[in-house]
Amino acid sequence: MHLDHATTYPERHTHSADAQRPDGTRRALRIGLGGPVGSGKTATVAALCRALRDTVSLAVVTNDIYTREDAAFLLREAVLPPERITAVETGACPHTAIRDDISANLEAVEDLEDEVGPLDLILVESGGDNLTATFSKGLVDAQIFVIDVAGGDDIPRKGGPGVTTADLLVVNKTDLAPYVGSDLGRMARDAKEQRAELPVVFQSLRTDDGVGPVAEWVRARLRDWASA
Amino acid sequence: MSRAALLVLADGRFPAGGHAHSGGAEAAVAAGRVTDAASLADFCRGRLHTTGLTAAALAAAAALGVDPLELDAAADARTPSAALRTAARKLGRQLMRAARATWPSAELDALAAARPRGAHQPVVLGLTARAAALGPTDAAYCAAYETLSGPATATVRLLSLDPFDATAVLARLAPDVDRIADQATDAARRVLDHGPDALPAASAPLLEISAEAHGGWPVRLFAS
Repeated sequence: MHLDHATTYPERHTHSADAQRPDGTRRALRIGLGGPVGSGKTATVAALCRALRDTVSLAVVTNDIYTREDAAFLLREAVLPPERITAVETGACPHTAIRDDISANLEAVEDLEDEVGPLDLILVESGGDNLTATFSKGLVDAQIFVIDVAGGDDIPRKGGPGVTTADLLVVNKTDLAPYVGSDLGRMARDAKEQRAELPVVFQSLRTDDGVGPVAEWVRARLRDWASA
Repeated sequence: MSRAALLVLADGRFPAGGHAHSGGAEAAVAAGRVTDAASLADFCRGRLHTTGLTAAALAAAAALGVDPLELDAAADARTPSAALRTAARKLGRQLMRAARATWPSAELDALAAARPRGAHQPVVLGLTARAAALGPTDAAYCAAYETLSGPATATVRLLSLDPFDATAVLARLAPDVDRIADQATDAARRVLDHGPDALPAASAPLLEISAEAHGGWPVRLFAS
């Protein structure tokens, strides 16, 4: 019985299942944002939308745990037109929807491309979860893991798949470090220990262009995607 | 048939979107109709003998090779609630994606092309069983069992119900699942001679009504 194309599996290690859409055009780059509750994923997504929307055609999929709150926040902030924001319901299990059963998220990204495309970039935001929550390679091409200094400066040391394997680790809310007694130097050393050469960005969205380094990283992924 | 293929298809971890749906359990819990293992068993038994029988017969008929578009129309006619029709098509579309990746078949491709936004989940389930070289009774078992396993899993999350109690509920209902799968297969065979009107049309009005209300909740854990 014919089960699969012989070329499918090598592809899946480099990017999501198909780089082409059914009509033969190239699909959008998909970047996932995961991390614990309250670390600033939605704020980072909002800031990225503002930084990129003038030069990049983009859309957002949110995975809320039990409300449409993240999508509602992005709509309220008017970072993108409403038709470019979609909420996926996850049945109390956000990590299932981004890793073990990605069917609802794949539909959301495909519907966005059908309805508002062509798109260059789709940001897929996970509902707040734990340190083991990572995105399937079948859903996203790259993932950003967002933690914050107020969640404890021992998180990089604890590791876990999000901290150790994400393509970019963002340590958010650095402006709060003095108030919560977090040692940024220790976090940087621990992150380096866990991640070797993988990049880490320390970010405060309270400063002008606070999202600048992450936006630049996303632009670099877009350039790689365009030339791949 | 391959018995192992049946296990793959019936596995709750088969990536077809079911984890986000409670099968009406969230609305029943909120209304105080499901509060413990005993009331979960009552809820599941009721669902199995109504919408479960109808879904199992649709799946068995699709597995027998009855025109899936006719069955899809029959499923619409047997699902009064618009919210439930939407949920069934959404789940059908998600199952279609998983099915075409696991058991590629021209019949699945044809149904996906004819219903790009999704056919009713039991119809896709039956056609998936057919693609996996399973029989109509296998398809009926999968549909009937899903009728129970969805609410049971959801209730563990919603009520923090003891997971052993919830699983025991499923085991106690196994003889009922056997009977429903047999009835559904018999009905599906009659469809071969008499058309889709021979399908059962058992439904649960309270499930339909509460699904409509649940669809309007601003805050909920499950999509249906």
